[in-house]
This record gives sequence, C-alpha cells and structure tokens, in this order.
Amino acid sequence: MLNIALPKGRLGEKVYAMFAKAGFECPALLEAGRKLIFDNEAAGVRYFWVKPSDVAIYVERGAADIGVAGKDILLEYRPDVYELLDLKVGKCRMAVAAPDGFRDDMNRTLRVATKFSRIARDYYTSVGRDIDIIHLNGSIEIAPILGLSDVIVDIVETGTTLRENHLSVIEEIVPISARLIANKSGFKFRTEQIERLTEGLRKEVQES
Amino acid sequence: MLIDDRVMNGQERISFMLRSLYSQHGYERYRMSKFEEYDLYSRNKDFLFSEGVITFTDTTGRLMALKPDVTLSIVKNRKDTPGSIQKLYYHENVYRVSGAADGFREQTQVGLECMGDVDDACIAEVLRLAAESLRLCSPDFVLEVSHLGILNAFVDAIAPEEKVKQAILACAGQKNLHGIRGLCRENHVADGAEDALVRLLGLYGTPRTVMPKIRELAEEYGAGEMAAQLGRAVAGFTGCDLEDRIQIDFSATGDLRYYNGIAFKGFISGIPGSVLSGGQYDKLMRKMGRKDRAIGFAVFLDMLERLTEEETTRA
Repeated sequence: MLNIALPKGRLGEKVYAMFAKAGFECPALLEAGRKLIFDNEAAGVRYFWVKPSDVAIYVERGAADIGVAGKDILLEYRPDVYELLDLKVGKCRMAVAAPDGFRDDMNRTLRVATKFSRIARDYYTSVGRDIDIIHLNGSIEIAPILGLSDVIVDIVETGTTLRENHLSVIEEIVPISARLIANKSGFKFRTEQIERLTEGLRKEVQES
Repeated sequence: MLIDDRVMNGQERISFMLRSLYSQHGYERYRMSKFEEYDLYSRNKDFLFSEGVITFTDTTGRLMALKPDVTLSIVKNRKDTPGSIQKLYYHENVYRVSGAADGFREQTQVGLECMGDVDDACIAEVLRLAAESLRLCSPDFVLEVSHLGILNAFVDAIAPEEKVKQAILACAGQKNLHGIRGLCRENHVADGAEDALVRLLGLYGTPRTVMPKIRELAEEYGAGEMAAQLGRAVAGFTGCDLEDRIQIDFSATGDLRYYNGIAFKGFISGIPGSVLSGGQYDKLMRKMGRKDRAIGFAVFLDMLERLTEEETTRA
C-alpha cells in the first residue's frame, strides 16, 4: 500500500484529481465528512489529508511514502526528501513587498516581517543586506502598516491582499508551485509503484 | 561465562554483531576520547552532518568540543602508513543537532575506516561489509552506490561556476531533475547541455541492469575509467545472494570538497532515512595533511530503534 499525504484544501482537491486521472483513484476521499484517512486497496493507495505545511514532515519521517508540498515549504524547512516532479499547480511567487512609495534606507538595518525566516535570510544574505527578521505566523501584511517592519517577505498569488493594504511587490525571490515529494527510503522499496505514479502525473502536467 | 543475549535490546545485539563482523575481517577496535579541541571542527565544519557543536573550556583554558563526528578524530590522530593498510572500527557516541529538532542529541555509531594504499580490493571489501552490516540489521535492505567523480564530471561539463554547481548537486541528491533544468536556464546554460546529467540520474537500479548504460554514457564524458572503477567496486556482488540488494544511484551524493570516488548509503524497509552512510574521502585526508587514501562508513544505531525485536532476531 502506497501512503500518500495530500494538503487539505483547494490545492489538495485539485492535486487529487490529477492522481485520480493518473489511475490512483480513491472516490471516498471527496465525500463530505471529518474522516482524514482513505484506502483503495484495489489501486494500492492510502490517502490522508494533512495541514499543507505538515506534508513534508509526514513524508520525511516516513508516515507517508509520497506527498504534495509547496516549494515554499521545501525551501523553508529543507526536508531530506526526493523532489520528483513540479506539478505546476498552486502557482504563486515568494516576494518582498513594501508600502507604496517605500525607499530602502541603506544606513539602517532593514526590518523584515515574514513566516518564511530562512527564505528571507537566504535572500538578503545573497544580496548582502543586513536585516532584522520578525517572525510572524499570519496577517503579515499589517506589519509595515503598524510600523512593526519595513517590508514583508510572503507568498503572493494575485496581489489583491497587498493592494488592499497599500503594499506592492518590490522584489521577486522565487516562483512557487506544488511539488511531488517522496521519502528516500520508501522510494527504494516501492520504486515501481512510485515511478508509475510519477509518470502518470507527468503526463497530466504535460496535457494540462 | 557465556553472555545470554536475551538481556540485550535489538540495538545492543546489532552493535555486537557488527563489531564481531569487522573484527573477523581484520579491523581493530579504535577507541577515542569523548572530547576534541573545537578547532578541529571549526576548520572542517562543512564535513559535519549537522551545524552546531557542544563546546566547553577545559581546565587549561582550551576550547573543547563533545565529538560531533568520529572520522575527523581518526584522521587527525593516526599517521600515514605508506605501503600498508590500517583497518579500524569504532563504536562511539557523537553529539549532533538532530534533523528538524532544535536540540542536541547523543547518537551511537558503529563504523569502520580503511586508510593507506586503498585499492579496488579494499573498496570492494568495504562495500561488501556495508552490505553485510545492513543484512545483520534486517534482511529487507538496499545499499545504494554512486561515484562522485562521475557525477562531478557531468556537472562540471555544464556548470563551471561553483555556486551553480553546488545548487545542481543539491538537486541531484533530491532527484530533482526539473530543478536542474530550471537552474541551467536561469544561468544561461545552453539548451540541452544538462541532458546527459539528467540521463545519468535517471539510471538507477541493480548493477546488472544499469552498469552497461553508465559505462556507455560515461565514455562520452571522459569518465570511462571512473565508470570502470564503479564496475569493479560492485563486481563482487554479481551472482551472490546480495546482488539484488545493491542499487547504483547517483542521487547518493556527498560534499565534493571532502569526498571523492565511491559513495554509498544504506536503507532498511520501514526506517525513513538512511541507516548507513559512507564513501571515499581522500580529499579530506589531503585537507588534513595526510597522504593516505581512505574509505569508511558508519551505521547509525539510533535509526534502528524502530526495528522490532522480531526483525533483528530474523536478520
């Protein structure tokens, strides 16, 4: 049985549709209810819904053989997993945003509010800018408005939330999308099944 | 007095079996202090598995560290022995920051080091002992073997710039082929220049199935002799009962500033990460002023906690 961790929410449902088309169906997964684990013995799969930011942990620790995680999570937590495929869904970008009209004063340490401390630190190290990271867990956009930070580093999808809070993107750091990941050990012992699934998904990605 | 091994847990039993195995093959026990001068690790911090070392000041004012690694201590404390081989094994605790955990953990390793005029026969023996070590832990294992020289030759051919090269090697370790293609486009590498590397990384499986294709591909990139060396390293498994447990896989990478040649990792079904890691580290030897060649590996006993008593007894 191949254990698959999917991210709860819209992205997970979209990704499951790709898995189903690739021949790894489990119709019970879409039934309303609070159940989180679903088996389809005939297809040899067991799916479970988990919090999107936890998928990589389930896979790295071997509770799931494979899973789907955003590139943002992989860059931030650097789990020791295989990254087998870019599913090209859940597309967005990791970006630096600042209040409209912002000018960076190079004489001062830049205060950066973010959920993604490692990505922010790596980015500013690469451009040689001294920063002070303010780690927040949500509503990052209000940090510059309230004077908590100068800029934010966050995921930007359409930019609507930024615009509504009078912020705009000043630098793009990296494009983000959902990735198929696999546990390194699980891959060795279920190679054929994981390869079959990867190839099926690759076709789905190419056709979409 | 005979020791009743029923009083031992699975890890203890395995550690004694491993020590016995290495001893039977002429390896001598090497014992070391729990501490080393911190300077040794600060100069070689990229060689360490994890960032962070527990330090303290000893009674003479020297900054000391609780050992985060065994190999560095052995390399530092042994002398070159031209024309001969030193075969050593150890059973030691190391102190590291563990994966995603924030704190330090004490971890137990049993491993071996082979230093001196290391030739093909030594490399084949070490690989064989790595496979036998895994079999002692569980019958359901895989030993993946790669050759860092071959991988390096393919990466060098497309990315001479060190930063890009390191990023490509990181992708190789994750089987992230789309990431390699993305890096090549971002860094203006000619379209298709990465195809051979992508093909190499896609060639994984038993030596019998993939070695002919690897030889052919390596020849094209001037890495024919290294492919032949890889072939000789795994040739001893042909026709033996371990043959299907050996997989060539170039995603088994290592830091090229320290490692060279054969690299390998061991996996056991049901355990999420690698339980054994090793390879040739001639570059580390040169960095530390040693002329000998060297190869070794460690078995991470803590990773075996999840094996049931039934499995260890069956093995």
